[in-house]
Amino acid sequence: MIDSVVEFLQGNFWALTALKLVAILGLIPVSGLAIGFAELKLSAKMQNRVGPYFAGGRWGWAQLLADGIKFIQKEDIIPADADRPVFRWAPALVMVSTVGLFVVIPFWDGGAVADLSIGIFYVLAISSISTIGILMAGWSSANKYSLMGGLRAAGQLIAYELPMVLAVIGVVIMAGTMSLSGIIKAQADFSLFGWSGFGDQPIANFISPFFILQFVGFLIFFISALAELSRIPFDMPIAESELVTGYLTEYSGFRFLFFFLAEFANMFTMSAIAATLFLGGYLGPFVNVVPWLGPLYLVTKIGVLCFLMIWFRWTFPRFREDQLQSVAWKVLVPLGLANIVVTAIFKVVM
Amino acid sequence: MTLEQDALKHFSEVSVALELQTPDMTLNIGPQHPSTHGVLRIVAQVDGERVTDVKPVIGYMHRGYEKIAEVRTYPQITALVNRIDWVSGFANEIPFMAATEKLMGIEVPERARYIRMILTEMARISSHLMFMASYPLELGATTPLMFALRERERILDLIESVTGGRFHPNFNRIGGVKPNAGAGPSQKKTVQDLPKGFLQATRDAMDELLSTCDQFDELVTGNEIFLARCKGVGIMPAALAADFGVSGPNLRASGVAFDLRTHTDYLPYDQVNFEVVTGTVGDSFDRWQVRLEEIRQAAYIVQQAVDQIPSGPLQAKVPKVIKVPKGEVYVRAENPKGEMGYYIVSEGGQGPYRLKIRSASYSNISVIPQLLEGVLVPDIIAIMGSFDFVLGDVDR
Repeated sequence: MIDSVVEFLQGNFWALTALKLVAILGLIPVSGLAIGFAELKLSAKMQNRVGPYFAGGRWGWAQLLADGIKFIQKEDIIPADADRPVFRWAPALVMVSTVGLFVVIPFWDGGAVADLSIGIFYVLAISSISTIGILMAGWSSANKYSLMGGLRAAGQLIAYELPMVLAVIGVVIMAGTMSLSGIIKAQADFSLFGWSGFGDQPIANFISPFFILQFVGFLIFFISALAELSRIPFDMPIAESELVTGYLTEYSGFRFLFFFLAEFANMFTMSAIAATLFLGGYLGPFVNVVPWLGPLYLVTKIGVLCFLMIWFRWTFPRFREDQLQSVAWKVLVPLGLANIVVTAIFKVVM
Repeated sequence: MTLEQDALKHFSEVSVALELQTPDMTLNIGPQHPSTHGVLRIVAQVDGERVTDVKPVIGYMHRGYEKIAEVRTYPQITALVNRIDWVSGFANEIPFMAATEKLMGIEVPERARYIRMILTEMARISSHLMFMASYPLELGATTPLMFALRERERILDLIESVTGGRFHPNFNRIGGVKPNAGAGPSQKKTVQDLPKGFLQATRDAMDELLSTCDQFDELVTGNEIFLARCKGVGIMPAALAADFGVSGPNLRASGVAFDLRTHTDYLPYDQVNFEVVTGTVGDSFDRWQVRLEEIRQAAYIVQQAVDQIPSGPLQAKVPKVIKVPKGEVYVRAENPKGEMGYYIVSEGGQGPYRLKIRSASYSNISVIPQLLEGVLVPDIIAIMGSFDFVLGDVDR
């Protein structure tokens, strides 16, 4: 029975693609809810609170499900002066970028929906689409705070897209490919002056060589990812104490839920991409012997990065808009350029 | 925008402005806004994110206390003045009581004066802790809120154990404090004193508080992002502060060591040792630092007062029906927000003929438009928040 199903799927391209897409569409809410719940509980721990407690009967695990059901039931309010079609489609566009990013993440060897040869290029392009959605939301809300939030998001994107690209170029030079699975394979095959690991275990199964050699790149990428995700300390587009949650001000109900879910799912994808580029993705001890450990390792690495993001969020105040710009242009861009030069020289020498 | 050539910083900037000719946008911040501490409204003209003009609009919370006071008796007014600056209710009662007692010529017993001093300093601590909670929140940090409010809850519990009220104690009586202080639910007619174990509980709470202040130093004061947001933002020179009648921690942050606790004798501050904390530059960071240090000083005052508190009666001899002789008096006191004063005109009845309330926040926010010109929108919040005003105190 199972054999025949597998055979049918392998023979039928469209059925396989449909199955993969359903899996991705299922993974987005699951990852979003998991990270959202982790944020609720971790922030509670950091603030001497209990956090969600009653929903679901134990640890409040169903809190976000209950929130989601509540959002769906709410009235769909669109301001009278809003640009209605733009206002309606903005959350969908944000979600499109999230779904698009999930497509290329390799969860195990060959375990990506689409293994594109220009994978990381695609990631950088698709991840900026969400900003267009945010800009649309800010513009169409007919609210001055929303407008300022949307424009801040656009300015932030321009400032942080560049350092992110520069950080990625270092990895691409090291790996010699833009394919995400290719980058992971390059880490697994990495050898330093002829030494490539212990027996059949490559170095990358214990610590990714790119994490050490591209540490500056990792820092730049992580900071840029924080800015791109609008997380504290770079959450100026939302900034509830200044802009009354910025572009989100006029959204309610299901459309707000879309933004909310996309935010947490994007945390998942950006962490997954950072893990793929710098932490060896699904690689880990004995993963070449027991392949199903791969997704577990990847999720663990994503969890560590998401924890860092949550930790930052509940510790730091936010920057001012001009300070963010000067950090990006005066610190991160020169650092990224220097990183590329050093990496290129290292590559040639090695 | 004026276009004088020598005033131009950068030529390309100006040519862009000339080509686009974009009008400034009017941004209404408030009266309903998360960072305006109530119902302050700020009408800002913004050019992008830069503020070109600011007009604060007050009056959304005018409750007419000065007028109501004309038809109330003196004991009834105590309940009103509690609600002027609601985060330090107890401290509001003190200058009013002192003014009435001065008119009537009443000597308040020493123990009552000490109890008043302890509770006033506790009100100061709770007010400043509220600032410690709200200011990082306005800059985007959420966690200090929880630390500060947890500590504030301890202080409010202590105030409640003595007075029965957390925010609005209504505890002072003309000539002393409420005679059955700490009587608890039994409400016996016998005169009782501070609740059992209060002094020890206070000592413990102050030790806890001092260690929390150190935590704040580590969590907030040393944070690079916090420093970047506060240092050099909203600099208020001492002369400007003096011109606008700014008082309290805001004035001291500008380097003026003026503290009414050392100048007047409405409470026995001369019998305890404390420092008048001052800042150097007068920026938002100095205002934060001065308040944090004032919490420590207030804790030292409470510690000393708890050790020195004499025994004795809680009330002076006062007539059953309080009638104040004809006359005028002005008494001012150092409240958590700044200088608070009551000007009472008595025609010799059971209530005042006219009561003028000088509240600190009103003068303090009047200087804010001077500091907001040319800053960015996030700085509006950073500067306004650092002044720690309460709208009830502004509008009365």
